[in-house]
Amino acid sequence: MDASTWALIGRNLWPMLVATVTQTLPLTAISFALGLVLALFVALARISKVVPLSALARAYISVIRGTPLLVQLFIVFYALPQLGLVIDPFPSAVIAFSLNVGGYAAEVIRAAILSIPKGQWEAAQTIGMGYATTLQRVILPQAARTAVPPLSNTLISLVKDTSLASTILVTELLRVAQLAAAPTFDFFALYGVAAVYYWIICLALSSVQNRVEARLERYVAR
Amino acid sequence: MTDLLTVRGLRKSFGDLQVLRDISFDVPAGTVTAVIGSSGSGKTTMLRTLNALDRADAGVIDIGSVSVDFAQPVDRATLARFRAQSGMVFQSHNLFPHRTVLQNVIEGPVIVQKRPKAEAIEDAKVLLEQVGLGEKADQYPYQLSGGQQQRVGIARALALRPTLMLFDEPTSALDPELVGDVLRVIKDLAADGWTMVIVTHEIRFAQQVADQVLFIDGGVVLESGPPAQVLGEPSHARTRQFLQRILDPI
Repeated sequence: MDASTWALIGRNLWPMLVATVTQTLPLTAISFALGLVLALFVALARISKVVPLSALARAYISVIRGTPLLVQLFIVFYALPQLGLVIDPFPSAVIAFSLNVGGYAAEVIRAAILSIPKGQWEAAQTIGMGYATTLQRVILPQAARTAVPPLSNTLISLVKDTSLASTILVTELLRVAQLAAAPTFDFFALYGVAAVYYWIICLALSSVQNRVEARLERYVAR
Repeated sequence: MTDLLTVRGLRKSFGDLQVLRDISFDVPAGTVTAVIGSSGSGKTTMLRTLNALDRADAGVIDIGSVSVDFAQPVDRATLARFRAQSGMVFQSHNLFPHRTVLQNVIEGPVIVQKRPKAEAIEDAKVLLEQVGLGEKADQYPYQLSGGQQQRVGIARALALRPTLMLFDEPTSALDPELVGDVLRVIKDLAADGWTMVIVTHEIRFAQQVADQVLFIDGGVVLESGPPAQVLGEPSHARTRQFLQRILDPI
């Protein structure tokens, strides 16, 4: 690599970091948080004995998992305006990613809830707890142990999937790299920097995951 | 003596299987009732209906001041009051594994009954002392033996200050060596005047502790009375057969 390439990288390190901090990370965090809340309700609906509710949840999960994320993004950003619903790029991305996480994480949360023995529900019931309290204080804290590793996968995938938002004009990390690379044709250098940035985020998240897992293992015999 | 628990015409089916046919009995306040019978006789289901863990299809259950007719729809508040009358100890303890021993015991009083936490902790410590586990308050359930876990289960049920204690085969899942500790705790409760219904296979224990024995077979109370009568001189051939099998299995 010659000096001009290094200079190009040097000039773009900061703007790409800014795009990461102001767009990629908030997009990931907001979408994941909303997606998890959605996923919890979808999982509960899916487990529910109320047939229309579980059927609805099943259909939702099926659609989300059966269609490409890129298509979901395009529908929210490019197709909804045809119905008169125009949404800005960033909120569009949040909507699409949240709905996507909601579908995938619902199955993880459902499996984790079902892994808790029936006796735990019964014990909570005999001490007088209702459904919501039982979930909150007895079932979910235990289900978290099972759910954290697969949910971490979902989160780490999401970090990288936010790069798809570049196709709907969100100036996130990859988009900034694209814009900087276009006039110079120095794709290798700038996409390389983008790759390193994504990787660093994922490394940090993996270490958080390890710490969370260790904390949740404290009451389990080894 | 007044009856703390009266059960009349209890029926329960799971699908096509009629588990309880027509069960009626009384439990005077301050007495211990042992329920015996073979697997599938309906004894555990009967106990579970007393706490509405399984909802009876028909029958009237009175516990203390709360009376519920299960043939009628039961509203939520009545059901909650009914459940609060009894404390349940499970065969497989069902402690909350993510909470310490103390947290398990105060969970009901603090979260459900909204009692002040400091007061609940005081009470819990006394109860844990009573079941011989005062030193284990800050341990997690997995750090305890099966017998200790079961005794925490008993303390957790007592902490809600029920009027009636229900035990579902409390020693069946334990190593034989640990059974004694649990039975001793239950015996102490009997001496303290607790009203209890205990589903058990421990015939000798029933003989020592129970005031009344119910032999349940095929979903009905086939025989009931003082232990000397039901266990000593049973009048039904089926009771004799059951006792012989359990006391002399080979």
